[in-house]
Amino acid sequence: MAIEKILGIETEYGIVVRGSAEANPISASSLLINAYLASLGPNGGSSPQRVGWDFEDEMPGNDAREEALRLSLAPEVETHLVNAVLTNGARYYVDHAHPEFSAPECADARSALLYDRAGEEVLRRSMRASRHSLPEGEELVIYKNNSDGKGNSYGCHENYLMSRDVPFGQIVGLATSHFVSRQIFTGSGKVGAEAPGMRTDEVPFQLTQRADFFEEEVGLETTLKRPIINTRDEPHADAQLYRRLHVIAGDANMSETATLLKLGTTALLLAMLEDGDAGTPMVFSTPVPAMHAVSRDLSLDHPLDMADGRSMTALDIQWELHRRARDWADNRGLDAVGGDEVGNLVLSLWENVLSGLETDPMSLADRLDWVAKYRLFDAYRTRHDLEWSDAKLRAMDLQYHDLRPSSGLAGRVGLQTVVDPVDVERAITQPPSDTRAFFRGRCLERFADEIVAANWDSIVFDVGGSSLQRVPMMEPTKGTEEHVGRLIDESTSASDLLERLGR
Amino acid sequence: MSEREQKKKPAPERREDVVEEEVPASSESSDKLKAEMDELLDEIDDVLETNAEDFVKSYIQKGGQ
Repeated sequence: MAIEKILGIETEYGIVVRGSAEANPISASSLLINAYLASLGPNGGSSPQRVGWDFEDEMPGNDAREEALRLSLAPEVETHLVNAVLTNGARYYVDHAHPEFSAPECADARSALLYDRAGEEVLRRSMRASRHSLPEGEELVIYKNNSDGKGNSYGCHENYLMSRDVPFGQIVGLATSHFVSRQIFTGSGKVGAEAPGMRTDEVPFQLTQRADFFEEEVGLETTLKRPIINTRDEPHADAQLYRRLHVIAGDANMSETATLLKLGTTALLLAMLEDGDAGTPMVFSTPVPAMHAVSRDLSLDHPLDMADGRSMTALDIQWELHRRARDWADNRGLDAVGGDEVGNLVLSLWENVLSGLETDPMSLADRLDWVAKYRLFDAYRTRHDLEWSDAKLRAMDLQYHDLRPSSGLAGRVGLQTVVDPVDVERAITQPPSDTRAFFRGRCLERFADEIVAANWDSIVFDVGGSSLQRVPMMEPTKGTEEHVGRLIDESTSASDLLERLGR
Repeated sequence: MSEREQKKKPAPERREDVVEEEVPASSESSDKLKAEMDELLDEIDDVLETNAEDFVKSYIQKGGQ
């Protein structure tokens, strides 16, 4: 049985200190986040700045493969840097020398898109707030991209709640075919190549930022020898019932359509898998070269060798996955992916985008990042008679992702929007109503002074007794506004709330 | 390759009952698109990094996840 596809996105942003030659990215990221937290007001009721992250349940070294070889280096948890929880349920912190915004758990793809957009706005506000903390002539600039063009990558990860009943091997089969082929609409576009052993100008332009950095099919790593399927087994929920599929194979998107499709199509396919309706896996002979080939094929026509001897294009695979998803929706309904409205929106957008890619990819310049970028850069290149390897195009490639409204290019190319700016504004401070993120966010808004720390699956209160009180939230679908909204509203203090919760 | 050529069209069993919501830009609007692009190129000339070479060189990030 498909379970509710609770999902979310976490983004590591690129950071630059303009006007300073020897800036340290870790201090810069800390300054950025602290500036934002300070801008929320000194302990002004809704200020979460004193609430830190609780590392009690962090086990990123756990591997989903039962026979996992422990040869790989388990990721380390950095516990000493800025690490805040926000009233919208998000985690905002310094990770690997980047500011990272981990959006709250959401009940459907559109909601997860909304909180990804809210994250962008939090970063924009942080940039503005940081001006007061920097010397004259210095400025922090944030980029929503995944690479510096010199072989260094940072991620935009997706997370999907899944039933523990599905064997991990089945996830690998389906997810690999999707992650390799979905690049034709999830790609943010990139000038040049960065794969080990390649010259930068070997590829003029490719569909994705990330493909160059994938070297393995399945594995635990996230920072080196990245695998298409990441096996981190850290559910942040009841581990008997759930796993969290941690996806590291996507690009950070500026296009709302691309983000919605990336999340929505993946959620649909994983729900199908739980229902046993995913169909025969389409298995590549060599998945890693297939991933690179799809990213570097602007004609969308590259035949990929399949294990059964056939050859298919990424588009063929996407059409087949779309057909199976339609059939699944007809038979089972769309409840697991957030209901008819969102589910049908994803299915029809998916179809429109595949049709566009098949007939005239450039017609999608208002919906897909790589197309918008390619069309703009190619026109610029033609006007100024430039090679693809020209520094001007590389600069534009970075500037597409610049979050400053005054200089970002993505905001100028006419991308369609999916979510209402009014909703984005609200999502900057308010949690989603329909997951446990509501409990986390609302408790922080009401009782920040009495909360010591919080994380994905618990909140630790200090209400003045002899010991701290941890409230576990092991069920991501509980703690919603419907469940606890009134309870929190009516509580006059954290201890009152804990009493009402029966603690 | 030959197998690929055979199966290229039609795309695998697409369903017919779905209404296409949008038609890709037709040739009649291509002049308009070109004019819009020219306008955009003029506009972004004012915001592009003035020293592209230095900017690209200085954009160095530590690897992340």
